[in-house]
Amino acid sequence: MSSSRPSDHIDSAPVDPSIQQPALGFVGYLRFFWRQLTSMRTALFLLLLLAFAAIPGSLVAQRSSDPNGVIQYKIDHPDLYPILDSLQVFNTYTSIWFSSIYLLLFVSLIGCIVPRSIHHFKALRARPPKTPARLKRLAGYRSTDVETDAASAIDTARAHLKKLGYRTELYPTAATGSTGASYSVSAERGYLRETGNLVFHTALVGILVSVAIGGSFGYSGQRVVVEGQKFVNVLGDYDSFNPGRFFESDVLEPYRISLDKFDATYELKNKQAIGQATDYSAHVTTTTPDGTDAKSTIKVNEPLAIGGTDVFLLGNGYAPTIVIRDPEGNVVWTDSTPFLPQDAHLTSLGVMKIPDGLSEQLGLVGFFYPTAAKLPSGALTSGFPELLDPLLTLRAYTGDLGLDAGVPKSVYQLVTDGMTPIAGGDAPTPALQLKVGETVDLPDGLGTIELTDVKRFVSLDIHRDPSQVWVLTFAILILAGLFTGLFIPRRRVWVKATARADGVVTLEYAGLARGEDPRLETAVADIAAAHSKQLGLKVEP
Amino acid sequence: MTLDLETLSLIAVYSAMVMYTLAFIAFTVDLARRSAPAPVAVEASVGQVAAASGRTSLLEKLATDAPAEGPPRASRAMRLAIGFTIIGWALHAVAVVLRGIAAGYAPWSNMYGFALTATAIIVGVFLLVQFWQDLKFLGAYIVGFCLAFLGLATVNFYVAVAPQPPALQSAWLVIHVFVAILGTSFFALGGGLSFVQLLQARREARGGEGFRFLATLPDAEKLENLAYRLILVGFVFWTFTLIAGAVWAERAWGRYWGWDTKEVWTFIIWTIFAGYIHARATRGWRGSRSAWLAIVGFAAVMFNFTVVNLFFKGLHAYSGL
Repeated sequence: MSSSRPSDHIDSAPVDPSIQQPALGFVGYLRFFWRQLTSMRTALFLLLLLAFAAIPGSLVAQRSSDPNGVIQYKIDHPDLYPILDSLQVFNTYTSIWFSSIYLLLFVSLIGCIVPRSIHHFKALRARPPKTPARLKRLAGYRSTDVETDAASAIDTARAHLKKLGYRTELYPTAATGSTGASYSVSAERGYLRETGNLVFHTALVGILVSVAIGGSFGYSGQRVVVEGQKFVNVLGDYDSFNPGRFFESDVLEPYRISLDKFDATYELKNKQAIGQATDYSAHVTTTTPDGTDAKSTIKVNEPLAIGGTDVFLLGNGYAPTIVIRDPEGNVVWTDSTPFLPQDAHLTSLGVMKIPDGLSEQLGLVGFFYPTAAKLPSGALTSGFPELLDPLLTLRAYTGDLGLDAGVPKSVYQLVTDGMTPIAGGDAPTPALQLKVGETVDLPDGLGTIELTDVKRFVSLDIHRDPSQVWVLTFAILILAGLFTGLFIPRRRVWVKATARADGVVTLEYAGLARGEDPRLETAVADIAAAHSKQLGLKVEP
Repeated sequence: MTLDLETLSLIAVYSAMVMYTLAFIAFTVDLARRSAPAPVAVEASVGQVAAASGRTSLLEKLATDAPAEGPPRASRAMRLAIGFTIIGWALHAVAVVLRGIAAGYAPWSNMYGFALTATAIIVGVFLLVQFWQDLKFLGAYIVGFCLAFLGLATVNFYVAVAPQPPALQSAWLVIHVFVAILGTSFFALGGGLSFVQLLQARREARGGEGFRFLATLPDAEKLENLAYRLILVGFVFWTFTLIAGAVWAERAWGRYWGWDTKEVWTFIIWTIFAGYIHARATRGWRGSRSAWLAIVGFAAVMFNFTVVNLFFKGLHAYSGL
């Protein structure tokens, strides 16, 4: 990436170390470091270092993609965890060391793109260079002696080269001493190679900038929606929300998504894969802020685009609807609680907290089995993900739910420390078991509990990323630049006609590769052959 | 019916493996013959040129000059090897198609299907590349590699045809994975050439000492140029696969890049080969150093497919095991 040279230029031989270097001043050092940073060696070193630095992030769970993995790591390796954490290994790709490598690389890249662009811009407007005096040592050199007019032979060659897409320039030389007057055409092609190269590298910078800026204006949020419920796109209606640095809540368009029905299809025929999901479809009704309703379907690979956001279907499961009544039969609590799937057959785990209405605060931890089956050990499991024989088992606890302390608590977790088990576990009463439509009594005459219905829920991911279009545009430019920058050959070709004293004209052909050009010699040979043909000469083998 | 096609596919795989084994033996025999003194027929043709010199010096001259005089006619072992490879590849292609029909979708959504298709495409690219350059001397490496990989995959990774999970129901599966395999094929060829380049460079540095068959192969610089050109093609495919993967990730997971383990390794491989391309323009990095980069790059590709798939956690957990 050294300045103003084609990328495939080979650096010159190393400088003789015995040469005394003059002392550098402050500016001199700055210039020296800049030269070092923008040199190809440094760029190569930084590239390989970047590849190496990316490895730890794939070996250890990352906070961004797998936060639970990080927590698990802390439990499994209590000694190693603080060391790795202080080295920012759990945030590899935003760590100081990873960021400094890629930022240095990009500074080096910019320091290379700018002078090269200026150089290329000048080259685009310049004439092809003067024909070298001696062509003999250049690539694909060949010559023929013919009886023809030198000037018109060169005109023919020039016309042909122009047709091939070469930029051409004529260079006549007067006769000197023993050599007669010569005419020559200097031609160059493949400027697009360097253009592509610059586009490629500039687009890389473009992607980095788009990602940095787009990430700051965008946001992502999650929300669990049970069939029959709706989600409104306002901050308070998200279960979790991750805003970018420059996010402002007024970009949220208050549209509404109601989950009408969720369909899951499971394999029934293929014996090897019974119960494997083959389709998930969330049927929703969307309402835009102006009140227009529309029906849509969200699938795993088909997000819903609405209000500047994309809505993705990320997960699903069962939400049993429970009604709890006090001993007098008054309903004190009713809800469809999403149970988190634990395995492929949707054995699901859920928690319910009932703080008010009964004589004591009540906590319930339950397993839901869509198709209940018994393991050889006698433990329950689910044999199929659909509701063939649904069963809910519950352990019940009484005591302080800890909701009044003002400390935020996960809705998916029940801290049972300090609570008394009244059913299941160590309690005298076994765990409660409920099928759909059944009601059982809670121990100690607390009341009753009924499983009225089982609904499906979906978890939706809502994203807004204004940089997406830019990233895609730059990605396409990267590919286009790569193609032209790598596969279009840049080459110079010269055709020279020198008149000898005896009236015979010597025609000479030669080429020069500017960068990788494996077909240069063939190209020169083809040009020479075509030229001979146009001049009416027999083509020599 | 489904089971029948699946079984037929497996029969085709085993038949292809038999053919590849024969091809591998023939390729190896060819390499061995290259190490041996030249056959009598060729000796006679140059006999007149060097009539004055003795028999030993004649053979030396023949051995060192052969590549410069254009590719020598393929030996019988080589012709047999290519024949076996073509038959093996045809059977292999049938196996892929049958498995695809049995499954009802592009058959590369689990580890076995991917290995089956990848090895077929690598051998296919190897055969096609011969129209461009004579790289048949890589046959033992390519066919041996694919045979070993296909065998290991069939024994260890085989899973019955199963329906496509919702996350993979996308046209991007076909594009993204197919192009990734194409890129891998070119990296495989480039890695092989770079390895031969290293051997050749060592032999050249020692003034001709080393494996005798190397004398019949192009010189180190020519090998480097060929490797470079193949890896360029691989790099373009790899860049495309990276972008296609990001586009798909955006549709399926809601973000185009999330440093998932597979994404990380695809990025690492891309960076290594970007380094390889730049190394050619860097003083002191041409030649053997950049050849090492190409080999490390291909090793990373293999690591990405095997170790990352089997042992690393991530969203690309589709090995089906």
